[in-house]
Amino acid sequence: MNERKIRVLVAKPGLDGHDRGAKVIARALRDAGMEVIYTGLRQTPEMIAAAALQEDVDAVGVSILSGAHNTLCPRIVSLLREQGMTDTLVILGGIVPQEDIAKLKELGVAEIFLPGTSTQDIAKFIREHVHPRT
Amino acid sequence: MQEIKEASSEDQAKERWEEEVLKPSLMRQGERKLSFKTVSLDEVNRLYTPSDTANIDFDRDLAFPGQFPYTRGIHATGHRGKLWTMRQFAGFGTPEETNARFKYLLREGQTGLSVAYDLPALMGYDADSPLSEGEVGKCGVAVSSLADMEALFDGIPLEGVTVSQTINAPASVFLAMYLVVAQKQGADWKKISGTLQNDILKEYIAQKEWIYPIRSAMKLVIDTFEFCTNHVPRYNPISVSGYHIREAGATALQELAFTLRDGIEYVEWGVRAGLDIEQFVPRVSFFFNAHNDFFEEIAKYRAARRMWARAMRDRFGARYERTMQMRFHTQTAGVSLTVQQPLNNIVRVAIQALAGVLGGTQSLHTDAFDEALALPTDKAALIALRTQQIIAEETGVANTVDPLGGSYFVEALTNKLEEGALDYFDRIDKMGGMVEAVEKGFPQREIQESAYQFQKALERGDQTIVGVNKYEMKDQPQEVPTLVIDESVRQRQLERLERTRTKRDKGAVEKGLDSLRMAAQRGDNTMPATIEAVRAYATLGEICSALRDVYGIYEEPAI
Repeated sequence: MNERKIRVLVAKPGLDGHDRGAKVIARALRDAGMEVIYTGLRQTPEMIAAAALQEDVDAVGVSILSGAHNTLCPRIVSLLREQGMTDTLVILGGIVPQEDIAKLKELGVAEIFLPGTSTQDIAKFIREHVHPRT
Repeated sequence: MQEIKEASSEDQAKERWEEEVLKPSLMRQGERKLSFKTVSLDEVNRLYTPSDTANIDFDRDLAFPGQFPYTRGIHATGHRGKLWTMRQFAGFGTPEETNARFKYLLREGQTGLSVAYDLPALMGYDADSPLSEGEVGKCGVAVSSLADMEALFDGIPLEGVTVSQTINAPASVFLAMYLVVAQKQGADWKKISGTLQNDILKEYIAQKEWIYPIRSAMKLVIDTFEFCTNHVPRYNPISVSGYHIREAGATALQELAFTLRDGIEYVEWGVRAGLDIEQFVPRVSFFFNAHNDFFEEIAKYRAARRMWARAMRDRFGARYERTMQMRFHTQTAGVSLTVQQPLNNIVRVAIQALAGVLGGTQSLHTDAFDEALALPTDKAALIALRTQQIIAEETGVANTVDPLGGSYFVEALTNKLEEGALDYFDRIDKMGGMVEAVEKGFPQREIQESAYQFQKALERGDQTIVGVNKYEMKDQPQEVPTLVIDESVRQRQLERLERTRTKRDKGAVEKGLDSLRMAAQRGDNTMPATIEAVRAYATLGEICSALRDVYGIYEEPAI
């Protein structure tokens, strides 16, 4: 009966301030029944990992449009793993060239959502891929 | 007392048409949708007729081009006299790479320059700041000091070309760098022209590249107004920008309302600082988006001109024409470009650009078709420029002034947008002004709500994006090559920065930064000290840090 809601941290690392996507996703996931924490702008990978731990989230959704994903995403994944969050799902949304996608997946990003993705598809992906908890 | 209006012959004719023509037609075949909406989700009627424009008084509301309230344009001859400036926004990698792109665009017939700076520059950090890692030269050209700026404009005489700089929180520093480069080239400040974006309000509202708390940031903007009025009289120290407000999700109405109210706010702050409106307001320029909904956009530009003229006359008592004439730049909507089937973007851009031209823009940037993927390649940038040239020289749309003036639909839409925007003005005035409204999070919330409503409409299928939620092609390979900015850019920038720091006169740097801190503390105009620091090769990061010491930093409230 008292099923735990999926908890998602929506994170916006780097210097970019384009937060339309992050905010739309945060609201859509909330409407889809998840608990969403939005970090606000300009969070370092360290701040994001710390927030993920503190908020005990099941998934971290990272929004990057600036081209800094190759620097920032792998660092977020490894910091999460280092602090024992081995099952935490990391997904990325934004402007990511095709040639970077395979490498990011290899480094632990579960999925990359490009512009034009429906928020319902993202919610579905999270629901299907978060590690079940009780 | 209620005025009883006699039904005009047009009204009677319309009723007859509805009964005899429309009804049978709808009986045979209904319409494609129950309701038709603009991209701003605003309802559009089936037909517009003389009754929709009956309240328009020609002299009061439209007049002739070059006449108050300038609805039909600020020039008597529209684009017949002078075409709009073709000004493509460009910047990536090192200053040398961007310099080469500038020269390429000028060779191909572009008539003005527009600089895109990278994120560290927009935030006031040097390339060697840890916060800049991964971002150097990625979204624009990397500039950390005067040395970079000298390389950026090498071989480009600033007296001969107008340059627009997209920079906001650290705008005063970039103005100073620009002026010192011009001076070193031997240019006369009284003769150079160009535009500094310098619109900090829309940063807090939409674009979110801020540094200092809002009121200190406003003071820096007013410093540039005052300095330019006295020393660089042909330069536009601000481009009040709706572009980013729209990109963040605002409707056309919200873009119009918030941008113009921002403009009014700057004028109020200028007046409070003792500036003469007839001197500085003529150099306040604007910047709008050109989105997909063709007629809504054209109406927006026409309403903007009329509203600005009226606001300057009625709120501030402006008397000179130039003070009431709104001049604006237009850029096609980056947000409308799709990753899917990217060549389709060429068509979107052409139609959006056409709206800007028919709306009477003074200058135009057309997006490159690959911009949803990366910064544009040379080839994509060239097609974007050619799009403008085709509109200008092949289509005939620039042959007559305000060709859509008098259209029942466009005039009705122009009125509707003006009314809606005036309503927003009232709400913002009641809050105490735009600074106060932003502090309360009002425009931010309004925009966020619109962005979400649009996303929902898209996912319901009420709004169509070709190639995204209709006519999709699954598993298509990416069709176009993209520009890649690698990490060697950062390396090269770090080396130049290192050389600059070693070579410069450290005493002069310290002295410049100290006088800047002092000017900021005293509330004096910060421009002279900023120029002094820039000339001594103080870096962008050092200068912004000196101002942070005095002003502090902005923390965004949870919205």
